[in-house]
Amino acid sequence: MSAADPSLSIANPHPHKTDAIQKAGLALAGLGLLTLFLAWGNVPLPKTLSLAFALGGIIFGTTLYSWRLYMKQPEGVKNNGVMFKSLTSRGVLGWVAGVVLTAFYVLIYWYPEYLGYKPGGANEGFVALFDPLSRFFKGKPASQWFLYGTLYTVSILALGIKFLFKYRHNAYQIKRTLVVIAAQLFLAYLIPEILAGLNYNDATNPQGEYLGYYDTDIKNTWPLDYDFFYDWHLDAMQQKAYQPVGMLYLVIGIAMFLVFTPVFTYFFGKRWYCSWVCGCGGLAETAGDPFRHLSSKKLSAWKLERWLIHGVMIFVFVMTAATLYGYFWNTGEVFGLNIYNNFQKPYGFLIGATFSGVIGVGFYPMLGSRVWCRFGCPMAGYMGIIQRFKSRFRITTNGGQCISCGNCSTYCEQGIDVRWYAQRGQNIVRASCVGCGICSAVCPRGVLKLENGPDEKRMDAPAIIVGNDSVSLNQ
Amino acid sequence: MQHIVIIGNGIAGITTARHLRKLSSDKITVISAETDHFFSRTALMYIFMGHMKYEHTKPYEDWFWEKNKIELKRAYVKAVDVESNRLAFQDGSTMTYDKLVIATGSKPNKFGWPGQDLKGVQGLYSYQDLELMESNTKGIRRAVVVGGGLIGIEMAEMLLSRNIPVTFLVREKSFWNNVLPAEESAMINRHIHEHGVDLRLNTELDEILADDTGRVKAVRTKEGQLIDCQFVGLTAGVSPNVEFLKSSGIELNRGVLVDEYLRTNMNNVFAAGDCAEFRKPIGERKSIEQVWYTGRMMGEALGRTLAGKPTAYKPGHWFNSAKFFDIEYQTYGWVWPEKKADESEFYWEHSKGKICLRLRWKSSNGQLVGVNNFGFRLRHQAFDKWFKEEKTVHYVLEHLRDANFDPEFYRQHEEEIIARFNAENGTQLKLRKKSWQRILQLVS
Repeated sequence: MSAADPSLSIANPHPHKTDAIQKAGLALAGLGLLTLFLAWGNVPLPKTLSLAFALGGIIFGTTLYSWRLYMKQPEGVKNNGVMFKSLTSRGVLGWVAGVVLTAFYVLIYWYPEYLGYKPGGANEGFVALFDPLSRFFKGKPASQWFLYGTLYTVSILALGIKFLFKYRHNAYQIKRTLVVIAAQLFLAYLIPEILAGLNYNDATNPQGEYLGYYDTDIKNTWPLDYDFFYDWHLDAMQQKAYQPVGMLYLVIGIAMFLVFTPVFTYFFGKRWYCSWVCGCGGLAETAGDPFRHLSSKKLSAWKLERWLIHGVMIFVFVMTAATLYGYFWNTGEVFGLNIYNNFQKPYGFLIGATFSGVIGVGFYPMLGSRVWCRFGCPMAGYMGIIQRFKSRFRITTNGGQCISCGNCSTYCEQGIDVRWYAQRGQNIVRASCVGCGICSAVCPRGVLKLENGPDEKRMDAPAIIVGNDSVSLNQ
Repeated sequence: MQHIVIIGNGIAGITTARHLRKLSSDKITVISAETDHFFSRTALMYIFMGHMKYEHTKPYEDWFWEKNKIELKRAYVKAVDVESNRLAFQDGSTMTYDKLVIATGSKPNKFGWPGQDLKGVQGLYSYQDLELMESNTKGIRRAVVVGGGLIGIEMAEMLLSRNIPVTFLVREKSFWNNVLPAEESAMINRHIHEHGVDLRLNTELDEILADDTGRVKAVRTKEGQLIDCQFVGLTAGVSPNVEFLKSSGIELNRGVLVDEYLRTNMNNVFAAGDCAEFRKPIGERKSIEQVWYTGRMMGEALGRTLAGKPTAYKPGHWFNSAKFFDIEYQTYGWVWPEKKADESEFYWEHSKGKICLRLRWKSSNGQLVGVNNFGFRLRHQAFDKWFKEEKTVHYVLEHLRDANFDPEFYRQHEEEIIARFNAENGTQLKLRKKSWQRILQLVS
């Protein structure tokens, strides 16, 4: 009899332990974050250098950490411990993250002065840290929105890279994530900043007269971009100094809503927007990925969803109709109601800021990453109707192979009970599906496939699940 | 209104209840000693690994049962009195039935190994087993898993997810080779190694040794090797959980003996799922089918029978699936570990060794009889239909793109597969383009 085996393990049996490289990555990212906080506290730091260090540290630190974390493990689904970790299972860390994020959004929207934003004079603190970058792009100091846009883009980039390592075995996830990162980085961030730098937007003429601002994120389409038809926005796009760019954005903006969106949604489902290019979706799919399972799968949540999302959609339609009426008839009132006070202001406050921002992102660690997209976004509501009734997109169920395990439903960020369809052999056609593809990725039996095909029979429920010949159709 | 009582709230019992409810207004009671509500047994591993919580594994919300008037009772049935149509529960109470369905599933096999009942030694089948595993694995340094099958490899994966080193004792010379052909089995051996499992092939358990407190401290193999461990998983298969029926008069062999209508020797007692044993096996199937899908299909048939529409259990073409760590496996039709004398076969493996395809067909006429696919996904409807239409291996290969079920943008291997087939068989098969028209015909 031999004694205990000398080499029980063949490889490192603890592949998940945080090693030195991971720690270095975490430290780098942590120092980057710390720099942001120091700047916020008005610690005198060399601005340009510390901003570069902070953003670079976050991006490279996160990349190093996640590269090491995932590349040392065999490729595959990486959901071990999701339900145990404090951050991802509404534990203490989850609550802390939720409160911090929510508070940050409250400051951004309503109290930017606490971030150091001083519109009249020189910025301080957090916002001031971003002055060098803002000056680099457009020759003027940062606003809280420049800070926000930069951090938003950095989050999608850094955590998008993490997502790429995590799903490196999945070509759909890789392509989708590369596109969503590029959409944020170029369409939402760099191009708008460069256009402003070239005085096509947000510019002041030599006489010192401010020429107005309009949204130059081409994919930020009305009705998600609810102020597209506001008079100041329409005026800015028609501003002489901004041509031809301003008119181009006006024309494309209208075409996006009227033409591209229905056509693309017919061919690909709403995923072409929600999980491939949208900024809100981009954050949800990258920074929000660890929280996707927190969405409620209850039938009651689905019922609430339908009331809320379509309610918001009607709200934005009515608000916009009133706005356009006011614009073309040159009046501030419709049916005796003040357009700003009764339509625009409540929408902006309740939906634009509170719902999409504070709750939409702040509550990631509580309600999951798609609260806004699922319950609020009017763009999602509009595309959802097309996807549900006239689209080639569906998630095909693979015959009788479902074992009802629940991974698909659990990891559906939109709270769709995917399993309910899969276990009865029915394809999944739901207005809310954003086509992220994670249900298909986590399915252990190869049951789900996102695909575009003829829309006939797309959502038929089979009378019998494939594989059982006990019952025939004419019985 | 009759009272139909179903013992067991697993996939067989619950499917029976659901399908019965669709067709009838009878009183339905489902009894379980395991959990209050139906959950997916196949998902137990994911609870342990932290992918899901128990509540996520319930396919229906808790209100579903009341809404559909399916009464749930949490109790342990101690005995069945078929004379008076009465169940006796552990707590002394009773319940009468008009018709009874036995769907009590399985229990893990124990083969009389010395030490098999020690603390820290267990199988994995029920929710209680999972709870036990949770407490049994607290703070341990090494686990041993005995038995080279599906539950064994799942248990190894579960333990590794908690950073517990695993020694995996497999009696056979290669993993699950009583089901898988040699190449597939070898692929999984490699993958088990890749995950850092100490895989011991050709190794049998001899004895489980206890420490002073009666807890496992080591196992000894038949070769006399000692392996220190604080947990032993016994995963050498399962057998029907029918002990409580021993003296009931319901005819048993290993399971509850049933005909193709899932009727026992008693005309108002039926059995379905893991615990049912067919007097006459169906086709090439085993007389006891211990698979999620077969439990479900038996329930689909039995629900109709109980509703007065006698329906024989007539499963279609065999299919199954599993996942070995990161490698998915599907199979359609029959692929035996060794091909039969009148069969021919083709095997293709991707150069990275994690994707493969095996096709088997009748040598005489080329008719496809089975497919194994690892590391990529194939459409169930395609193969079900192709078997029914007795398509040849040539047809299947030429139309393989219709059957590809991998997510979009995945690299497809059909070109490589068909080129290899042509080279080996001197054929000139040409891959057809994917056709939605054909796919829709498969589905209808």
